[in-house]
Amino acid sequence: MHNPLFFVTLFLYFAATMGFIMHMVTLRKDAEKAATWVLAGGFAVHTLSIAVRWWNAGHVPMVVMRETLSFLAWAIIAGFLFLQFTAKIKSLGAFLTPLATAIMGWASSMSGEIRPLPPALQSLWLPVHAAVCLMAYAIFFLSFVLSVMYLIQERQIKKKRLRGMFQRLPSLEGLDFMGYRCIMTGFVLLTVGIFTGSVWAEQAWGSYWSWDPKETWSLITWFLYAAILHQRFAVGWRGRRAAYLTIVAFSALLFTFLGVNLLLPGAHSYAKF
Amino acid sequence: MQSSKGNRGSRTDQILLIGVNHKTAPVEMREKLALKECNPPPLEIFHSLPGCREVMFLSTCNRVEVVAVGNGDGGEVSASILDAWLQKSGLNAGACSQNLYIHRGEEAIRHVFRVAASLDSMVVGEPQILGQLKDAYRDAVEAKATGSILNRLLEKAFTIAKRIRTQTAIASHAVSISYAAVELAKKIFGDLRGKSVMLIGAGEMAELAAQHLMTNGVNRIVVANRTLSRAVELAKQFNGEAISLEEVDQALEDIDIVISSTGAPDVVITKEQVKRAMGPRYHRLLFFIDIAVPRDIDKGVEEVENVYLYDIDDLKSVVEENTAKREREARKAERIIDEEVIKFLSWMETLDVVPVIQGLQAKGEEIRQKEMARSLKALKGLSDKEMKAVETLTRSIVQKLLHDPVVTLKREGSSKDEGRLLLDSAKRLFKLD
Repeated sequence: MHNPLFFVTLFLYFAATMGFIMHMVTLRKDAEKAATWVLAGGFAVHTLSIAVRWWNAGHVPMVVMRETLSFLAWAIIAGFLFLQFTAKIKSLGAFLTPLATAIMGWASSMSGEIRPLPPALQSLWLPVHAAVCLMAYAIFFLSFVLSVMYLIQERQIKKKRLRGMFQRLPSLEGLDFMGYRCIMTGFVLLTVGIFTGSVWAEQAWGSYWSWDPKETWSLITWFLYAAILHQRFAVGWRGRRAAYLTIVAFSALLFTFLGVNLLLPGAHSYAKF
Repeated sequence: MQSSKGNRGSRTDQILLIGVNHKTAPVEMREKLALKECNPPPLEIFHSLPGCREVMFLSTCNRVEVVAVGNGDGGEVSASILDAWLQKSGLNAGACSQNLYIHRGEEAIRHVFRVAASLDSMVVGEPQILGQLKDAYRDAVEAKATGSILNRLLEKAFTIAKRIRTQTAIASHAVSISYAAVELAKKIFGDLRGKSVMLIGAGEMAELAAQHLMTNGVNRIVVANRTLSRAVELAKQFNGEAISLEEVDQALEDIDIVISSTGAPDVVITKEQVKRAMGPRYHRLLFFIDIAVPRDIDKGVEEVENVYLYDIDDLKSVVEENTAKREREARKAERIIDEEVIKFLSWMETLDVVPVIQGLQAKGEEIRQKEMARSLKALKGLSDKEMKAVETLTRSIVQKLLHDPVVTLKREGSSKDEGRLLLDSAKRLFKLD
């Protein structure tokens, strides 16, 4: 079944993206304001579309790839809107919404057919484990975007190019601090995600940890983020170095999320493309 | 004298502007023309001149100007203002004829708008002038020296200034070294509250930069100097701490911004020093502003991670670029002003139409009243209802008759040449005045 709400969402996200890009180019405040509200509207429709899908399928829509990507985009936009109305990071929208829209676009190209839930997934742990993990991914995604912005702005200031991007991007310390807060939050969620997964694994498969590729890569990712936080507390790694590390950790996360499903067979490969 | 050709204002009253500014006259002459100690005050002197209907006197350190509304074409009034002014200021006409500008009508309006929008300022876009203009206007209003034309001119000038500030980026780029330094610090640290600054050496520019940083939230200041007594003195001025040059190493471990401006021939801070400080400071960002010539801070410092170094040349190029930006924005502002001058002129021209229309209507009403009074003698014994009907009848005849001339006057009476002809014809046809 094609969900029309899904495409309305996609359209509104796209319109918002255009607005944020226009704001970045022309610095017109009204463009940003309009884009934020269009995005908020898209988010509301998106929420509704997820609820409708949940109702129709009878189980939480985080099983097949299309659903997973859609929920991920939803969580990213939720995080962004939260920041937009609280901490407001200049130009973040222009960097973040194109990517979130692309994720939605990708999801829309996949089959929207509702399949019965495999018996192994018929558990209350499914919504908890999947939602927590995906929210962690979304927040790490935010920290990744903030790091990219940091590196651009850092280069502008170091090279004394005080035009264009310099004016449009926020301060270094602001980006660094917000990135760090995202990593903290994401890390807590990822820890909870791995923990719930392991409890669920014990119930479903009879063992807490079986070195399934998804588990292994999650652990690698977890260690990378742990390292970022540790270095920050212990020796004060921040700024450029922290931004690079964040990008490395995010690549590992990307592999955990997508690469494992694509390349490595294992117990987690329900989410077929 | 630089007299302007623009002469398109009202036909009965003319806006005049006479003055000098930082570009046309030396400061000594501006001081004399400011009439600081003059009694009676300049506003009173000018307002009492024959034919001078409205007047305002603006005196700042960069300009002294009289804005007035004179009757007729304003020529006589402007001459008498000038005479009175020069006489009171003790200058002779020959000596300053090159320095004074006299604008009438369109040019005077444009000048007032440009001054308000800070396009005529020494530093284009600096906003102080607007406040000074508001003060001058308030003084004139309090002295009851203004009327409908100056009131409208100044109110317009203030709205235009505001419009230009919001619609162009004329004032949004720092055009001095110390402001540029603050702008950069904000891009590095975001909020400057809770940050600390160290001054190494002293100097006007360094102190100014420190001052700006503090007004933007920096709350701790450390002053290092070769001679400790000088450091103590400066520290007292900023309410900060004084340290000797030997203690700079330690201070680098927790300071966020360093402004250096010593007269030392060699570098005062080396790359090694900074590198050593980074560990203990947990790699927090560090911003060096080197305004000394020759430079105080080793160029290699830039290569240290999380450290940013801007020297005087870097800051100068920022300022130059921003100045160029302001000039581009100023051109946008000029277009806004052109537009508003045209609007103002057409408002001024309606000023001539209004009395003609009023005269026409008054005359109609007068005739009606007179004729009614005469006819009513013959129409005794009318009931109230019938009386009312006669009232309505006569009134509507007058109104219908005058309707088309009034509409035509409103529509065409304020156009440039035909308007004047039309107004004159109307006056002659209906024997107004």
